[in-house]
Amino acid sequence: MSGPNTDYDPVEVTPLKPEEIEQARDAALAAVAAATDLEGLKRARLEHAGDRSPLALANREIGALPPQARKDAGQRVGQARGAVNKAIADHQAVLEVEHEERMLAEETVDVTLPTERSARGARHPVTTGSERIADVFLALGWEVAEGPVIEAEWLNFDALNLGPDHPARTMQDTFWTDPADNNLVLRTHTSPVQARTMLTREPPIYVVCPGRVFRTDEYDATHSPMFHQVEGLVVDEGITMAHLKGTLDHFAAAMFGEGISTRFRPSYFPFTEPSAEVDLVCFVCRGASPAVETCRTCRGEGWIEWGGCGVVNPRVLRACGIDAERYTGFAFGMGIDRTLMFRHGIEDLRALFEGDIRFTTAFGTEL
Amino acid sequence: MKAPVSWIREYVDLRADVTTEELAARLTALGLKLEAIEKPGDAITGPLVVGRVLTMEPEPQKNGKTINWCTVDVGDANGTGEPQGIVCGAHNFAPGDLVVVVLPGAVLPGNFAISARKTYGHVSAGMICSAAELGLGDDHDGIIVLPSDAGEPGDDALDLLGLREEVIEFEINPDRAYALSLRGIAREAALAYDAPYRDPAARETPAANDQGYPVVVDDPAGCPIFVARVVSGFDPTAPTPAWMARRITQAGMRPISLAVDITNYVMLELGRPIHGYDADKLSGPIRVRRASAGERLTTLDGAERELSEQDLVVTDDSGIIGLGGVMGGETTEMSSTTTRVLVEAAHWDAVSMFRTGKRHKISSEAGKRNERGVDPVITEAAADRVVELLVAHGGATAEPGVTVVGRPPAPPTIPMAYELPARVTGMAIDAATAVANLEAVGCRLDRGDTGVTATPPPWRPDLVDPFDLVEEVARIVGYDQVPSVLPVAKAGRGLTREQRLRRRIGRTLAGAGCVEVLSFPFVGDEAFDMLGLAEDDVLRHTVRLANPLSSEEPAYTTTLLPGLLKAATRNLGRGAPGVALFETGTVAFPVDRGPAPIYGVDWRPSDDELAKLFEAIPDQPLHLAVVLAGERERSGWWGAGRPASWADAIDVVRRLGAELGVSVRVEPTARMPWHPGRCARVLVGDHELGHAGELHPRVCAAFGLPARSAAVEIDLDVLMRHVPDVVQGPRFSNYPVAKEDVALVVDESVPAADVEAALREGAGELLESIRLFDLYTGDQVGAGRKSLAFALRFRAPDRTLTEQEASAARDAAVALAVERLGAVQRA
Repeated sequence: MSGPNTDYDPVEVTPLKPEEIEQARDAALAAVAAATDLEGLKRARLEHAGDRSPLALANREIGALPPQARKDAGQRVGQARGAVNKAIADHQAVLEVEHEERMLAEETVDVTLPTERSARGARHPVTTGSERIADVFLALGWEVAEGPVIEAEWLNFDALNLGPDHPARTMQDTFWTDPADNNLVLRTHTSPVQARTMLTREPPIYVVCPGRVFRTDEYDATHSPMFHQVEGLVVDEGITMAHLKGTLDHFAAAMFGEGISTRFRPSYFPFTEPSAEVDLVCFVCRGASPAVETCRTCRGEGWIEWGGCGVVNPRVLRACGIDAERYTGFAFGMGIDRTLMFRHGIEDLRALFEGDIRFTTAFGTEL
Repeated sequence: MKAPVSWIREYVDLRADVTTEELAARLTALGLKLEAIEKPGDAITGPLVVGRVLTMEPEPQKNGKTINWCTVDVGDANGTGEPQGIVCGAHNFAPGDLVVVVLPGAVLPGNFAISARKTYGHVSAGMICSAAELGLGDDHDGIIVLPSDAGEPGDDALDLLGLREEVIEFEINPDRAYALSLRGIAREAALAYDAPYRDPAARETPAANDQGYPVVVDDPAGCPIFVARVVSGFDPTAPTPAWMARRITQAGMRPISLAVDITNYVMLELGRPIHGYDADKLSGPIRVRRASAGERLTTLDGAERELSEQDLVVTDDSGIIGLGGVMGGETTEMSSTTTRVLVEAAHWDAVSMFRTGKRHKISSEAGKRNERGVDPVITEAAADRVVELLVAHGGATAEPGVTVVGRPPAPPTIPMAYELPARVTGMAIDAATAVANLEAVGCRLDRGDTGVTATPPPWRPDLVDPFDLVEEVARIVGYDQVPSVLPVAKAGRGLTREQRLRRRIGRTLAGAGCVEVLSFPFVGDEAFDMLGLAEDDVLRHTVRLANPLSSEEPAYTTTLLPGLLKAATRNLGRGAPGVALFETGTVAFPVDRGPAPIYGVDWRPSDDELAKLFEAIPDQPLHLAVVLAGERERSGWWGAGRPASWADAIDVVRRLGAELGVSVRVEPTARMPWHPGRCARVLVGDHELGHAGELHPRVCAAFGLPARSAAVEIDLDVLMRHVPDVVQGPRFSNYPVAKEDVALVVDESVPAADVEAALREGAGELLESIRLFDLYTGDQVGAGRKSLAFALRFRAPDRTLTEQEASAARDAAVALAVERLGAVQRA
């Protein structure tokens, strides 16, 4: 179809007849309409609207015509070419859409195929749980205090009014480092962090102390030689048991939901006086047990033992250099592991320390 | 402490409609915590009767046991009046004894249905019961033998054993030793209901005289008061009255013999431990003194003990006859032939009792009370009560002599401002309430204008400070009255930088596909051997525990790897195709800077003293360990999977460094437990962070891990110290980048990082980045050589680089690598 236009001779041209132009136009429109794909349309375009197409040739000859004939021919050829070009553009658009649709259809994959090439990671619930607890108190303006796990005996016991012969020392079965007269222990509670805080800071003190603690307990479903505690300590002017109650009520609601409050029972801790055990309204039956039916979580008591608390014993304040006439304080402590067991319905404490990834990854959604 | 409700009611007039549950709840609110309410009879249905053993034939069995084929008279309880044939495995009885028989058709606690069944060649129609089988404690040693006057065959045994009675078990805190007695518990019940109370210790006692058994107390601080009484003509075969045996059983102790039972009964009743001696075995005066080092005593439990100078001992002319207040000795023990009993009621120094009990690891009912503090004023009354019971039930005669050495120590006086209870508790407690409540717990008060001076009752040695009095006032008002007020803290500064970093570290590792594990930090030689550590490896130098749970793991760990590797093995063993685990935790290294001082508690130690204290504490850096074992990437429709390798381990550290803005570098090293050719030393600047790489094949084998498992252990404290405090906003150029690739052939032993460093240094300031994109070894570069291909990107801050500038920089980079490392540029 291509090739030099050897027949071209402008001097000898005659205007195309209108019928011929119509013919050429109709042939072009038919060819365009007949194209079923973009390739076919391209061929039709080259043949009927390309440089060598009858209409293009006719157009070229127009310039050589006398003025009147030129005007008529120009109009006719221009309309014909316009119609053809429009037909091509319109059909091109249609075919492009068809082409895209076909291509996309061909590229369809099974999006339900598995995509996970590597396993997900997760932080441990004790870690996220401790952070969550810390955040409750951070939001109140408290700070997080920490200390070493291997601790001076004096800080773990004596400074907390647990003298060498205090019967309460037998309540906590302590790991001692060897030789025992090095006076170092694996801390039995996070209370030495409270002592450190009072020894090194001036009141007002508002701190929460989460951490790992140790006791020589046998390892079973509810006991472990290693577990986690969180303690809170406030020392300020005018602090009372009412502030302790308010803080624990807030903490309980933050951990277990609105409406979950606490109650106090008289108890004994050397570092607090008065001292109390703190119980939590059972967050499963919300205290309805045993009226409705016996709740498994609280065993029908309506309350769950949560931890210990009290007003900081003035002896402890004095040992830590705080003016016990001016300041009062409160302290509380509870097991993080135990709190998490309640919160998440974990039945065996050992699940926390076995390191089974099926257990830990289940907590991947914990914030 | 277990207290039968009927016994409590003996001393306090409670309304009949007060239920046991309500009583327990009220006492719990006062501080005697309910542990359990026992109603053993509720779990028993059907006939439980008294039986008299008529005959018993021991029959040895093939399994080595001997059973007794017995006939037991159960009266008409079996409907026939004929003796009941029963097989019994116990041997602590004889024909003629009264026993407890459960007949077929009955159900015992634990839903244990009794039927006539064939066993050991007989049809055993029922069972002779032990205390444990009836839910009366844990005593499985033999069956219950009833006192001979307990009843007649066929009598209902439920009432006889008190099985229909309710018993409340309390958890008694160490400050409330007075509640380790019915006297104390009843007093609290009276307080709870504001009900009339009769003190069982209130009795007239005969005055001391000089006809009593001679007693000398050398250490009045250790033994402020010692009372001795003697009875003679005691019938050692006299049975313990059924009611007494029942109460002792209900309280969780075991009836033994009348004389012993009486001392135990009075201890339960009054809280005062009593010791009885066979007076005929005593020679010469009783003396109380501290032991000399090296002295020995065989105590009642048969243990021979070496005594300390701090132990209080009771002696006679024969030597030491008892550990005062803790446990008696064998030589003067009461026996089945004792007819003269010397009753010792003494008040002992609580601290000495605690130390002796702890030193000799003796935990006894007497020691428990003596070390917590007993009412010293009732010593004479307690001795007199024992004498009374020995006379009443053992046919004895009280001798006229009454020995009382010493006197009860004077109680303290405690001042308390009237406003203190309100100031401490936040409850509206006025002076009248404070006074009334202190009087209710037995304090004598001297009332002033602004406060009281209280003399606590002798049974409350725990009351020492004003705040102790506040607790007494407050618990009677009721802790449920404490208002709930959230305190307003001063403005806080949020988490510390280190606390925020630790959260970031955990999230980064979880984001890298690692699962966090918490392991016990206990370690032993076995784990170090499994890690292949040399004998002198610094990691073997541990902080050891004096009392480890297991002698196999006697130290606090210096490395997190053992726990983590075991957890990895456990997971793989449970079917996980691969694991990536991490743990952050402190390890410990001994500092050997001497013992930690013990200071007083009456004032704050000085700053210097505190510094000395902190110094003695072992170094406890925070470590991170990671283990990668088995499948790291899964196979699937996308292609093959990939096992974890050394590179994954090093990547975890690099990734962590990148997340924290710390530039970590690695260099080859060899260190167990890693593969010597695949171990990286990780550094920040010149500070060692730790190691990462593939585990040594022997270590994989020792822990049962798949070959090529990889691990990391680094010191997070070091890492966190290098995290930039404030990131400076970066400046970068938007002129076009010029890319240049170079391939260098070097000796195989030359680390890629060294080549990269040379290129980086040689390229100069125009270099924007450098990345190794290919590594080739093979014929084209020759044996012992490798080709490293790097993509270099150059960019200037102020202009478009010309081709000449870029290639000049590349050439300079190559030149330095050639010069420094003998690299050859590949065509």
